[in-house]
Amino acid sequence: MKITEQEVRRVADLANLALRDDEVARMAHDLDGILTHIDKLNELDTTNVEPMAQVLFDAEETATLREDQERPTLTNAEAVGNAAVTGGGYYKVPRVIER
Amino acid sequence: MSSPLHELSIDSIRAGLLAKKFSAEELTQQSLAYAEAENPQTNAYLTLSPERALAAARAVDAKIAGGEDPGPLAGVPIAVKDVIVTRGLRTTCGSRLLANYVPPYDATAVIRLEQAGGVIIGKTNCDEFAMGSSNENSAFGPVRNPVALDRVPGGSSGGSAAVVAQGTALVSLGSDTGGSIRQPASFCGISGVTPTYGRVSRYGLTAFASSLDHIGPFGKTTRDAARLLEVIAGHDTMDATSASAPVPNYTAALDGKVKGIKLGLPREYFEGLASETADLVMAAVEELKKLGCEVRDVQLPHTSYAVAAYYIIATAEASANLARYDGVRYTTRSASANTLSDMYRQTRDEGFGDECKRRIMLGTYVLSAGYYDAYYLKAQKTRRLITQDFEKAFEQVDAIVAPVSPFPAFKLGEKVKDPISMYLSDIYTITGSLAGIPCMSVPCGLTAGGLPVGLQILTRHFNETTMFRIADAYEKASN
Repeated sequence: MKITEQEVRRVADLANLALRDDEVARMAHDLDGILTHIDKLNELDTTNVEPMAQVLFDAEETATLREDQERPTLTNAEAVGNAAVTGGGYYKVPRVIER
Repeated sequence: MSSPLHELSIDSIRAGLLAKKFSAEELTQQSLAYAEAENPQTNAYLTLSPERALAAARAVDAKIAGGEDPGPLAGVPIAVKDVIVTRGLRTTCGSRLLANYVPPYDATAVIRLEQAGGVIIGKTNCDEFAMGSSNENSAFGPVRNPVALDRVPGGSSGGSAAVVAQGTALVSLGSDTGGSIRQPASFCGISGVTPTYGRVSRYGLTAFASSLDHIGPFGKTTRDAARLLEVIAGHDTMDATSASAPVPNYTAALDGKVKGIKLGLPREYFEGLASETADLVMAAVEELKKLGCEVRDVQLPHTSYAVAAYYIIATAEASANLARYDGVRYTTRSASANTLSDMYRQTRDEGFGDECKRRIMLGTYVLSAGYYDAYYLKAQKTRRLITQDFEKAFEQVDAIVAPVSPFPAFKLGEKVKDPISMYLSDIYTITGSLAGIPCMSVPCGLTAGGLPVGLQILTRHFNETTMFRIADAYEKASN
């Protein structure tokens, strides 16, 4: 096994996913298969290869900077309009700090 | 009932409107009625937008009546994949989490096509957050392939391909991260284009894997797809990755002349290929030879590493991009959570489908402490090698011709239990995505069972013109 159920639970925690027990077992099986395939990359010698993070084209460093000017933004109603729970123009979440 | 768009093209709609043969409002009404009647067969639309469509059509009619130019896409019924945001029009990304999400702004591509006179008639079904190769990962049910209703349309832009094949929209927008435009285009027998990375602004495209995401067009013909790309391409200050290179007039180059164009045939793409697909692709290559193309073998030796590199890079980026769906700002929220942490965790567990969870988990794993070098960095280096393969090949040839998918459209349910075999089937499209080069699928015939097969054409960065020229010449010769 490339990945244990214990590791699956740890990663699910990092990803903020509350996996059910049956999901943990299935996830371990699926990830194991994928990671086994991914091992194929170890056949390649990449010692002096520059990593490629982006498809980059020639442009000046400032090419995407704009003038710092005021401009219209979303209204408060638009900004919170899709939230599940709001109040007083804010997003509401369960209480974080106990009094 | 037959499609009101059956005999029409972008250019013939504009000509028909200007000659007053029909109005944009009439064509829109007919297209909406046809879409409504046909959609239960395929489930390709998630939302129809009659009010927005009719308002756009009336604006086109008013311009024509006033003697103004109605724009290059005047009156054209267009469908938009539901990962591309539309102001005031529900945009679900194929996810339960966004079942009620109504965006407060329009994507740049949407603004541009409406400014050009285009008429958005609806939003199309897709795999959840564009993750999948069969459209079976939508929270709103799979799309059926209009060519064969027991089969998938491909994915993730399955709905956008299906509506064009079905004739309920003339053209559509899709998104492509690892083949999500080209593969459904090949499965549904239409043209689908992944432009150069950065050619089309992604402002308003819901992010999946930001170093790989593209918006691109579908059309019945290459000319229609090229026309649509002309409108949506070009620099956008709202997308820092959008390219500033000028947009050529692609359609002006579609003169059918391909004599002397050098085509490369990568042997690596024909190993283990279903023979009917290989036969049809090779027949298309023969046809291009007859038209005067020179064909030679090229090598893309790192092809077999592409799937592994892709599923590291794409899932790593996705795990970060999908972190925003946490029950606070956009999404539905789990009703059972009492603490902040449980709210995040349960909202995401209840909201995401299996494929999204798998990719979030894989992406989180490869980025987690101790694994970064072994996975993510290794994949980025492999991406460089794959890109260099193309650079070397393009020193010898103008374009590469290849299959799109190892097999034609498969049956619904046939591959859902085996995610790895589904991933491996993306092999021929993932390479071009990693390199960020333009690539497209153009129909190259049917199997004995009547299923469409696509020919893939890949060219250098920003050389969409040569790609379109080859596809268009082949299309004309094979009809």
